[in-house]
Amino acid sequence: MNNQRSFFFNVDWLTVLLYLALCTIGWFNIHAAVFDENHRSIFDMDTQYGKQFIYIMSALVIGTVILLLESRFLSALAPVFYVVTVLLLLVVLVAGRNVGGNQAWIDMGGGFRLQPSEFAKFATCLLLARYLSATNVKVTDPKSFLIAGGIIFLPMLLIKMQPDDGSTLVFCSLILVLYREGLSVYFLIIIGLLVALFISALLVSVWYIIIAIIIIAALLLFMFGRNRKFATGVIIGLVVAIGFVFVAKPLYLHGLKPHQRVRIDEVLGLSKDLRGVGYNQNQSKIAIGSGRVWGKGYLQGTQTKYAFVPEQSTDFIFCTVGEEWGFAGSVVVLGLYLFLLLRIIVIAERQRAPFSRIYGYGVASIIFCHVIINIAMAIGYMPVIGIPLPFISYGGSSLWSFTILLFILLKLDSNRMGLSTDRF
Amino acid sequence: MNSFFERRYVIAGIFITLILVLLARLFYIQVVDDRYALYASQNVVRKFVKYPARGPILDRTGKIMVQNEPVYDITVVPKQVKEFDTVEFCKLLGIDREGYDKRMIKARKYSPYRTSVFEKQVTVEQYAAFQERLSEFPGFDTQQRSLRTYPDTAAAQFLGYIGEATDAIIKRSNGYYRPGDYVGITGVEKSYETVLRGQRGVENMMVDSRNVRKGKYANGAFDTSAVAGERLISSLDMTIQKLGEKLMTNKVGSIVAIEPSTGEILCFVSSPTYDPNLLVGRQRGNNAAALYKDPYKPFFTRPVQAYYPPGSSFKPLSALIGLQEGIIKPTDTYNCIGYYMAGNHRVKCTHVHGTVNLAGAIAGSCNGYFNMVFAKVLNAQGGKNTDASYTSWKANVNKFGFGERLGVDIPSEGKGLVPTANYYDKIYHRGGWRSTTVASLAIGQGELLATPLQLANIEATIANHGFYYKPHLIKAIGDKQVIKKEYTVKNYVGIDAQYFEPVINGMQSVVDYGTGQGSKIPGIVMCGKTGTAQNPHGKNHSLFVAFAPRDNPKIAIAVVVENSGDGGTWAGPIASFIVEQYLKGSISKRPSGIYPEYYIKKNLLPAIIVKPVDKARIKADSIRKATADSVKKAAIDSVSKLKSAKNAQQNKLTALLPKRRGDE
Repeated sequence: MNNQRSFFFNVDWLTVLLYLALCTIGWFNIHAAVFDENHRSIFDMDTQYGKQFIYIMSALVIGTVILLLESRFLSALAPVFYVVTVLLLLVVLVAGRNVGGNQAWIDMGGGFRLQPSEFAKFATCLLLARYLSATNVKVTDPKSFLIAGGIIFLPMLLIKMQPDDGSTLVFCSLILVLYREGLSVYFLIIIGLLVALFISALLVSVWYIIIAIIIIAALLLFMFGRNRKFATGVIIGLVVAIGFVFVAKPLYLHGLKPHQRVRIDEVLGLSKDLRGVGYNQNQSKIAIGSGRVWGKGYLQGTQTKYAFVPEQSTDFIFCTVGEEWGFAGSVVVLGLYLFLLLRIIVIAERQRAPFSRIYGYGVASIIFCHVIINIAMAIGYMPVIGIPLPFISYGGSSLWSFTILLFILLKLDSNRMGLSTDRF
Repeated sequence: MNSFFERRYVIAGIFITLILVLLARLFYIQVVDDRYALYASQNVVRKFVKYPARGPILDRTGKIMVQNEPVYDITVVPKQVKEFDTVEFCKLLGIDREGYDKRMIKARKYSPYRTSVFEKQVTVEQYAAFQERLSEFPGFDTQQRSLRTYPDTAAAQFLGYIGEATDAIIKRSNGYYRPGDYVGITGVEKSYETVLRGQRGVENMMVDSRNVRKGKYANGAFDTSAVAGERLISSLDMTIQKLGEKLMTNKVGSIVAIEPSTGEILCFVSSPTYDPNLLVGRQRGNNAAALYKDPYKPFFTRPVQAYYPPGSSFKPLSALIGLQEGIIKPTDTYNCIGYYMAGNHRVKCTHVHGTVNLAGAIAGSCNGYFNMVFAKVLNAQGGKNTDASYTSWKANVNKFGFGERLGVDIPSEGKGLVPTANYYDKIYHRGGWRSTTVASLAIGQGELLATPLQLANIEATIANHGFYYKPHLIKAIGDKQVIKKEYTVKNYVGIDAQYFEPVINGMQSVVDYGTGQGSKIPGIVMCGKTGTAQNPHGKNHSLFVAFAPRDNPKIAIAVVVENSGDGGTWAGPIASFIVEQYLKGSISKRPSGIYPEYYIKKNLLPAIIVKPVDKARIKADSIRKATADSVKKAAIDSVSKLKSAKNAQQNKLTALLPKRRGDE
């Protein structure tokens, strides 16, 4: 009895509250997105919002079960989870069900479908945490770095083959975990610079960029050129950058599939096709923008109600938030996410065990990546990438996988006292 | 703790920064930029035009002359058209693939995003079949319109017709009309277009992404309802209108009857006429083309567009001016010796009338008497001032509405012709002409040309003893029975009332025992005047003008039967039947033995002589696509050609002063 009480006392109820708030917001917005005047009951089980209610309830059951598990069991079984997930990812490539061009689902019978890529997220996080928490492993060590990278890269590769660009991209966010565990900050900077160079190369003439790079390099050399090591670095950087600029455009033209390229063109403003490729995003922007400050009110969004935005209960669910609840709603939802992410960082940092901390950062990175990509896409800051908004988008697989992801962290957190005799 | 502890701030910083970037962008599109709200409403709100019913037109007794019948158009918004079964679609509407493409190109040319008519006036069966499967054809819709129907098939030129708005009309309307809209093209439909068309309503509907209507926008707060067009009450009497059209069968000419006390036109026959129902519906184009090719020009609104020399029917007017100017007295006599010496030319009279006074001269239609009067009028200011005298005479004639537009309420009214002094100056040089030079004007010939409407109006003026109301065809507009103010004003012609009695005496004698005695109606005192208008196109035009009854006149009438002969032979009896029918409601047995059926059956159509010029034109016409505008223009062209030809010939006639056969 005493044990039970302290267990529930140890659960971070603030996070659970944030979780429930987001799930509830999701449920209501799914209701609004698929609202039909003829089916007014929010519990109608034939509709998406009726089903979502079941998904939420079952997610709560899953969450409770996780909280009741033995946490050592999680760390021990991490490799098993990982291997099973990788196997499932292989199975899905062979025997999966293809929906909308993505071979991402395994039919389980009874209308139930499993999406292994969703479960790959927490499995990868668990194994990554387990590997990096080993005493002799340091990210700064090239060998350890390569192994950690491999753990991330394997499911990424398999998911890319489905091909599910969105989920693939999500795994990249785990670089934040590596950074937290000691990866050089230059990795982040270089990645950021490469992305910036790549986009610039698509937008302006190669020669302008090269001139700009040379000027910057010259300035750096002029100011800090006495430091030999720095000067060498700058010169190497210059050469690599110029080379990259030349490669960027051909890479873009030949490396990407046409449908990916047109979506990127649309975001960068290189083409404008509001009735074709740009339709979804344009309608999404119209939906969100027309919400103004306070929104049109619950069930009053014309863009959503009259189906101008496609995929509005899943990938474009934020349209409903923006249209019916306005900027106020956007602030609340993004505020809740930010609050949750910062809370996860707090939770992660208060762990005694590196395993739990690393896992926590993995959870934060994945949720963060989903939120940013999903909303940036909805407001035209990113090309259209099919990726759900955590806890809000319609869908069982997605909700369950995020629930598992988050509740494993809560479980680890609730046990943080038990794992160490030291007081935090 | 591990050494990278502070890195949590960097990561938190990344989270906060990127989320703030998103919020900033959201702030911009949701709060700062208001375009999106507009786009959203453009997405969802569609304006649907509600077409009002066009106003019906009734005759003076309340009988319906034209009303509406619902038909259905298929409309299309080209940009919303998606892939569908074109074969099935074409089969439903009974068109071929080529026709489909042609219609689509036309619609796209107008606007890819706006509704235009794809197929007009489909049958009820086609409409029903199409409506059922409408959802299979995205971008298409149906729309109810109404067509005009004419239960009596009469008064075609008066009513005119409606047609699709042409590009020119659309441009002129500043966007009020859109392709596929119907507007009045001729007749009352045109002149009362703004009253008849009513007011279009707008319904703001919300539609979903598939353009399916989802309900009213803002609960209909911005909707306006269609206001039906006003009902017009025409001044026509359908009974005499139909009788007139029957009497004029197989004849070319007009009948115009006016109620003198109001200026209301009671009868407006233009012959040959056509069935107005032919210009409605899908066969409209073919029918119209056939009618345009008809050499007797049924679209020519003769009562207001055709010009005729008034001939002897002009004599009462001539006498009135003489009396008013104090040049003659009713008792003045003139000795007719069978001809009149205009200078050194003899102008032949029909008979040797002997000694006649004013009334006798009118009754016997003595040319000599009126030549004498006219000579005196033109010499009133001395032989050298013919110009000035002529100008003042012309002004007097113009006051009767002769040589000027009367302002009747249908389009294309002609002015007729009373030449200016200047005109003669140009031909004979200034001072080079005298009363004798233009002597034929005295008897309504020469250059004088009048429309049947003007002739009838002169009779109405005489019946009123000196004034007329502008003749009009619509006596009341709408439920409030409004009448245009200009039609309630008396127009005085500058002849004192006292001068009318002697003239009217003469006119009564015309019917009682003069040239028009064949038209005598038992029990009704009718005052009239025959006219036999010489013209360069063959046989004389038969004219008759009259009003009746003499006391408290109820009807003034002018009848023209082209190229048929004497006024008393054809026009007179026809006029008498109309007058009798109108005044008594039936036609009695005449002592003279004439009866309407004889006149109805008589074919007096002049032979068509196709001149080489015309041949070329007809050929050109048939090559050109017979659009309403071009053919109408051709018709007008030919009229003006005829007119100028007529004028040219008459100039010659006047110049040579040929032997002129006078009136009876």
